[in-house]
Amino acid sequence: MTIQSEVPMTATTAVPPARPAPALHLDGVGITFGDFTAVEGVDLDVRNGEFVCLLGPSGCGKSTLLSVMAGFVPPSDGVIEMEGHAIKGPCPELGVVFQSSDALFDWLTVSDNIAFGPRMRGVDKARRAEIVEEHLRLVGLAQHADKRPPQLSGGMRQRVQIARVLANEPEIVLMDEPFGALDAQTRTVMQVELDRIWRQRQSTVVFVTHDIDEAIVLADRVVVMTAGPSAGIKSTYQVDLPRPRDVDSPAFVELRHAIREDITAEVAKSLGLPTAGTTGTPEQEVRA
Amino acid sequence: MTIPVTTAPAASRATARTPRPSRGAARGRTIAQRVGYPVASLVVGILAWQGLASYFGPALVSSPATTWSAAVELTRDGTLIESCLVSLRRIGLGWAAGILVGAPLGILMGRVKLVRTLLDPYIEFFRFIPPIAFVTVAIAWFGIGETSKIVLIFYTSVFIVTINTIAGVLGIEESKLRAAASLGASRRQTFVSVVLPATVPTIVTGARLALGNSFLTIVSAEIVAAQSGLGSLIWTSRNFGRIDWIFVGIIALGVLGFLCDRAIRFVASTALRHYGVRV
Repeated sequence: MTIQSEVPMTATTAVPPARPAPALHLDGVGITFGDFTAVEGVDLDVRNGEFVCLLGPSGCGKSTLLSVMAGFVPPSDGVIEMEGHAIKGPCPELGVVFQSSDALFDWLTVSDNIAFGPRMRGVDKARRAEIVEEHLRLVGLAQHADKRPPQLSGGMRQRVQIARVLANEPEIVLMDEPFGALDAQTRTVMQVELDRIWRQRQSTVVFVTHDIDEAIVLADRVVVMTAGPSAGIKSTYQVDLPRPRDVDSPAFVELRHAIREDITAEVAKSLGLPTAGTTGTPEQEVRA
Repeated sequence: MTIPVTTAPAASRATARTPRPSRGAARGRTIAQRVGYPVASLVVGILAWQGLASYFGPALVSSPATTWSAAVELTRDGTLIESCLVSLRRIGLGWAAGILVGAPLGILMGRVKLVRTLLDPYIEFFRFIPPIAFVTVAIAWFGIGETSKIVLIFYTSVFIVTINTIAGVLGIEESKLRAAASLGASRRQTFVSVVLPATVPTIVTGARLALGNSFLTIVSAEIVAAQSGLGSLIWTSRNFGRIDWIFVGIIALGVLGFLCDRAIRFVASTALRHYGVRV
């Protein structure tokens, strides 16, 4: 069992320099809206093929950070690079799965939603049909190919979103609380599904969530954020548990406990409560 | 607790058995609602009309029977059909022109802030001026022929289509536009593949409202200077003192409007169903 945890802030600067350029590189990223500083001084490197979860209390700016990574919003400060090149705007190399299935195109069938990216990029019809076929099977929606999003359940709609993004073969998949609007049972099923799909594809993923279990089930590395405003990275946890992960295993439980203490302190701080009830201080190093 | 355990299966069997007859009853109700209720409503309406006619006398209210024979008379000599066709043609052309201009204009105003800022005061100014205020100048500018009527119908249609389309464009979820961009769609592709289809429902809503406006407007347009059309029929009947003809004209307007709206709803619920048009 090797759950390592790293000291906050220093962890990202001490990334092993083995690879030439990380898939995603954030250096001193800050996001301000007028006088309001949402995110400040975020340094983060995401390796190729790594699954990173951004975990934090609601309103901590993790979704804002993701929309900057996606190129929807330019950073007010700092540098964001994909494979060594600055991100200038949204692009097919950066796939995004949104929290709301409003992002799907309701007037298109499931197949046509999946084919959307390839169609925009001028992939020919025969090849598109193959891509659609493959991705329908990947997310288990072959039976529903000709339905339209309003006819599907919430879980199915998020599968369509995932298939639509993967069909476009992005370098990095950015997921903004994709299961946040689902009921607890469906969410658990979707986590297992996503874990399976990810192991099959080995894509680079940045996944935003406020659900601790979800983060530990999915991530190679959990990045805990501080409460906003001026949110930043509080600490990171390397998760080396074998997949698929057992949420009841001692190692899982121990890690969950450590991360919960970490986050509870942040939530308490953001609510202006005394942090005496928690054992951890924000700067404490957690070792599980 | 054993009671719930023993009663539960019985209850579930009971509920499992009920759907079949209740579905049948539901189907029976829908047939009654779809056909029976409207017919019953119509019969009651005609009886009430007959009552009013008997009470006020033929000088004020034309009775159903008199109106029917007037309709037969006007159909025989071709006046009714011709009036309907002429009015429909004017409405159709002006309304279609209103959509063809209003929808693109609304999309442009919805997408480009500058255009919206520049044109919004004009839209908000003209949409409060009823077309009847323009009847005289329309005839002065476009003559007493077809053009002036069609222009008035266009005028009454275009703003409402524009305003609804703007609302539709502004109402498109940001996540749809972002998804399109991050899937690699260019601005033009996003426009064609996302903005247009997402705006279809509000364009249809605008078109339906515009059609209602067109029927309101056609009478004022045809009353002032026209030798043909339902408005003209109604107005001419006044000069002959034929209240029964007026009733025929009024009912023809209502029936035509009803049928046109049904036609739009039919198209919307078949060809445009996938765009999420609710009618």
